Amino acid sequence: MTLSTEYGGGSRPQVGGDGSPEKLLAPVLTAFWDEPESWTLATYRRHDGYEGLRKALAMSPDDLIAYVKDSGLRGRGGAGFPTGMKWQFIPQGDGKPHYLVVNADESEPGTCKDIPLLFANPHSLIEGIVIACYAIRSSHAFIYLRGEVVPVLRRLHEAVREAYEAGYLGKDILGSGLDLELTVHAGAGAYICGEETALLDSLEGRRGQPRLRPPFPAVAGLYACPTVVNNVESIASVPAILNKGKDWFRSMGSEKSPGFTLYSLSGHVASPGQYEAPLGITLRQLLDMSGGMRPGHRLKFWTPGGSSTPMFTDEHLDVPLDYEGVGAAGSMLGTKALQCFDETTCVVRAVTRWTEFYAHESCGKCTPCREGTYWLVQLLRDIEAGKGVMSDLDKLNDIADNINGKSFCALGDGAASPIFSSLKYFRDEYEQHITGKGCPFDPARSTAWADRHTTEVSA
Amino acid sequence: MTDVSLGMPQLPAPDYPADVRARLEADAKEIIARYPGSRSALLPLLHLVQSQEGHVTRTGMQFCADMLDLTTAEVTAVATFYTMYRRKPSGEYQVGVCTNTLCAVMGGDAIFEELKEHLGVGNNETTEDGRITLEHIECNAACDFAPVVMVNWEFFDNQTPESAKKLVDDLRAGGQVSPTRGAPLCTYKETARILAGFPDERPGVVEASGGAGPASLIGLRLAKGETAPARVVHPRGEAPQDRPQPGSEHLSSHDAPQKTSASDPENPAGPVAEEGE
Repeated sequence: MTLSTEYGGGSRPQVGGDGSPEKLLAPVLTAFWDEPESWTLATYRRHDGYEGLRKALAMSPDDLIAYVKDSGLRGRGGAGFPTGMKWQFIPQGDGKPHYLVVNADESEPGTCKDIPLLFANPHSLIEGIVIACYAIRSSHAFIYLRGEVVPVLRRLHEAVREAYEAGYLGKDILGSGLDLELTVHAGAGAYICGEETALLDSLEGRRGQPRLRPPFPAVAGLYACPTVVNNVESIASVPAILNKGKDWFRSMGSEKSPGFTLYSLSGHVASPGQYEAPLGITLRQLLDMSGGMRPGHRLKFWTPGGSSTPMFTDEHLDVPLDYEGVGAAGSMLGTKALQCFDETTCVVRAVTRWTEFYAHESCGKCTPCREGTYWLVQLLRDIEAGKGVMSDLDKLNDIADNINGKSFCALGDGAASPIFSSLKYFRDEYEQHITGKGCPFDPARSTAWADRHTTEVSA
Repeated sequence: MTDVSLGMPQLPAPDYPADVRARLEADAKEIIARYPGSRSALLPLLHLVQSQEGHVTRTGMQFCADMLDLTTAEVTAVATFYTMYRRKPSGEYQVGVCTNTLCAVMGGDAIFEELKEHLGVGNNETTEDGRITLEHIECNAACDFAPVVMVNWEFFDNQTPESAKKLVDDLRAGGQVSPTRGAPLCTYKETARILAGFPDERPGVVEASGGAGPASLIGLRLAKGETAPARVVHPRGEAPQDRPQPGSEHLSSHDAPQKTSASDPENPAGPVAEEGE
């Protein structure tokens, strides 16, 4: 068996030159995570920490916004909106307070980049926050961290304390005249709060339900004031851009998707984990360098950016993982959460579970999502249990179609994605559940320990 | 108090004892001062009242309403929206097994089933000794450490049914338990106080469990030319130095017969043999 058949049969374009990890990966945010106390200010400073801020403060806020815009940095939270443009939308001289809110509510199934980033290197976010607030003329920023990650909250509390003590937060930062308060806010368990307007409602002490737009947060966000909402990784990438330059940043990735980013490999792979690389790397390259799928198994389906992005199969191993590449192949780059499932995994089970998640997390504000996700779950549970009928498959498609694009926010679209894409690539498997009156898979074979006894014997 | 309902509105919740209220009020004022708009303090205040009683009581909600000049209905609407607010007395340790798709497939479902049986409780139920509340949770942003179990929102990575059963046994025995990533466990009430925004002041907690977890470092190690460490559950042979040629031997420990294994695209995957636990 070869590694290439292990992943699947997609044709491999000639990858010229050196395919070694040293050449393909680009650790920037992760560069010193292996240091013994990587989360401290002292370690961060030893690695050019807060140097980007000094350079930013030497520029005018408008020039700074233009610089970040020119770098081509795009949002890392899923939608890929240009970060500098978001900053530029903030009206200036309007006499209102401006706010920066960092979305650290990382909850998209499969997504696991911001949490390790904040655990290992929280100062990169804090430095980015100070730079962003200087640019948008904000004197109060918030980090909305999901509540279910207390180890990260602890390190954020400590990093903010260190930053205040060192004069990177508070009054007259580094003698620039910039005053900035930073509040760490722990959420309380709600996926929907990752949606930026629901997040703002939640931060205002309400149920996390999305707002009607317009007005957009840039005009009427937190407390109806101009607000930028950015993902953790987007903001944390800014200091390096300032410190090393936009040309350096643009030397990675592609014209429309420049720079480096975190790819999170998980599931039935030999080496799950974080891989920081220029945008445009492929799953095949990542698997090649990291040992492929777990021994003796092959890739069946995967998500490019969390469960809300339409799934891919082994046909898509060579899709460049950047905004355009993944979009052209019919999905979305999303959060670059590469959840890989091998041939032991039942796609109906996977999609049912994701759909149960969307039904549970639907905020209930709009009807298509609230009712649609409920009925999707009923149908899927029946199909998985062998009680489905063939017409259920069209019904699934139909309900998903009534949610997608008709819901208040992207949660509904996300719920439809796994339905559409799994029916597209694995309709046979749904039919098998119906004709065979049950699930043909043994879940025990999918577990992380399924092959362990043989490993131990052969070791 | 009588249990007979006469269709009368519920009586107002009893207040906290004066000393408790005074202490909580001081904390609440500190929380409220962090925000330009006072209502923003509601989520942290609900964490705060949870740190007092272990769950959100009517007394706690009345307290939040008083502090923020809201109605109890407004507070209740928020408290019931978010899953981290417990609405009934619960255990000292909240044990959450991730059963979202990836963790479920990797073994989270099996872990949850075994824990239910082992502890004799169902989802969102508490053991008789009041030590453990078991629940299944959604994706907790640790998929590269799957399957994941959270206890009081600290990470227990790469779990198996055996390790999870030992974990809950240790919790019930009362010894100090430490997570894979995070600080030695404190009680649920103490955890709730951290969530309210009061830093954990126990010595050594920030550095506890060290830097990034092993999976977080895999890409960095490869980029530095170091061999990736073998993962916990599936130690694998050396990473391929060169791309193997078709037909080359793959040194795996796969037990299924090669020709009929599910790894053959011509053979759709299906249960071949009973494996694992």
